[in-house]
Amino acid sequence: MKCIMAIATYSIILVFIYMILVISREGIPALSWEMISEIPGGGFYFGKEGGILNAIIGSVYLSVGGTFLSLLISIPVALYLNIHLLHYNRITAGIRYLLDILWGIPSILYGAFGFVLMIVFHLQASLLAGIITLALMITPIIIRAFDEALQGIPEGMLEACYAMGLTRRQIAFQVFIRQAMPGLITATLVGFGRAIGDAASVLFTTGYTDYIPKSLYDPTASLPLAIFFQLSSPIPEVRERAYAAAFILTIIILMISLLIRLCTSRLSKYQI
Amino acid sequence: MNRGKWFDLLSDNWMLLATLLMSILPLSVGFGLLIESMPLLRQYHLRHLVSSSAWSPAEGKFGMLSFITGTLWVTGLSLCMAAPVSLLVSIYITQYAKPWLMRTIHLVMDILAGIPSVVYGVWGVLVIVPWISQKLAPALGYSSSGYCVLSGGIVLAVMSIPYILHLQIEIFRTIPIELKEISLSLGATYWETIKYVLLKQARRGIIASVGLGISKALGETIAVLMVVGNVPQIPENMFQAGYPLPALIANNYGEMMSIPHYLSALMFAGLILFLIICLFNSISHWIIHKMHQT
Repeated sequence: MKCIMAIATYSIILVFIYMILVISREGIPALSWEMISEIPGGGFYFGKEGGILNAIIGSVYLSVGGTFLSLLISIPVALYLNIHLLHYNRITAGIRYLLDILWGIPSILYGAFGFVLMIVFHLQASLLAGIITLALMITPIIIRAFDEALQGIPEGMLEACYAMGLTRRQIAFQVFIRQAMPGLITATLVGFGRAIGDAASVLFTTGYTDYIPKSLYDPTASLPLAIFFQLSSPIPEVRERAYAAAFILTIIILMISLLIRLCTSRLSKYQI
Repeated sequence: MNRGKWFDLLSDNWMLLATLLMSILPLSVGFGLLIESMPLLRQYHLRHLVSSSAWSPAEGKFGMLSFITGTLWVTGLSLCMAAPVSLLVSIYITQYAKPWLMRTIHLVMDILAGIPSVVYGVWGVLVIVPWISQKLAPALGYSSSGYCVLSGGIVLAVMSIPYILHLQIEIFRTIPIELKEISLSLGATYWETIKYVLLKQARRGIIASVGLGISKALGETIAVLMVVGNVPQIPENMFQAGYPLPALIANNYGEMMSIPHYLSALMFAGLILFLIICLFNSISHWIIHKMHQT
């Protein structure tokens, strides 16, 4: 029995390594400097010149915008739950339950909801709609992670702050954020990683284009959609570009994971 | 009033507004999907929509049975593979393994959970689909293109394992060590302790983790869509193609505005998905909540 368990454990690690190897083996040969620095040329989808810069920049715009918009909502909500509503246990339990439901909703449903919002507000498929949808999707993730970090702050800290006469706003933004800073950075990076890799929510709401968006109302390409669309092409060169794009996306995610681990260990200097 | 008081007022009210917004969001998602599906529901009877497998939007036929069975097939297959594996791994990690193995598994789990769905899809297309069509299916006597519900199940299993594992490791960690010590001191072997004491304590948590795994597997779109074949039929065996609900929504967004009721049909599919996922989520979280109380 112990043998079977050990085999299962090591096979997970092996599957992981194998996945990274396969993506690298297919992606690295197709990678070239022009791929990441040019937008698609005329015959791009038939195998001719150009690159996926539109998708890379589009993904960065979408993720940075979505994460920023999400932080505007997530940070206040998490702080509210832990400071203003600290003793209203039933209410916080209810809100955390609702947030857990939101956390479990798959991204395709956020995309469908974003589409409904687009119909209601008469928006076209654009960068703005994509940013709003992504923000809605990653807010529960960021709130949950930041909330757990805030719950780790000892209650004595809160009492000491009240004893010194701080208002709740001052406690929130001058004390608690500093105490939970590693948790906040981790939460933001997790949200950012989720936003940059998600295809289903931007499928309806952001469209796809060969150009770099110049305004919030332009449709935007994104890396996951670039991979998705190019993978189903009958032309082998275009498929190889999809593998290269998948490799770029995997490298971005691995770097974000590394950053998360570094930040957690380094940024604990404000913590008591 | 001085400046600090204005900031306090602004901040407190903004926090309240944001919290209210987040609290009504689940309801508004469900409501929005419901409202958009109303045109379809007014036209066709609910029972007809859910029990017929005739899907031909251009002729006005919107039978969703093939998609519901496709979803059940893929989710069921993935859970058959993911649940035992994660249970075995979580027991091994928390009871037997050395610390370096636990750290490695945590690292691998975190990274696997962060890898985007498309990358899993690419890996599935590159590795799983050829393996099934060239090795597994002929070995078992079937012929298959490789784009089948089994591929979807395998890819989904690999995607769900990090989540189920994370939750199960936490559950095993919360079991007090005294329980283990008492059982061992009464003469039980290590394995008997695990089987009869620990698993019994953690039983509810394990069910909850499987429930959460189910709700994750139900909703995964892009990875499954790339490997499952997307043929609207009821799969008769696991080597046939299927068409889960999320794949239906994702594949047809381009054409849905041109055919009447197509948008409503897709939103209705989304509504079904939403209700099922909320149900599984609520039950699992309620079980976890009850566990923390005792």
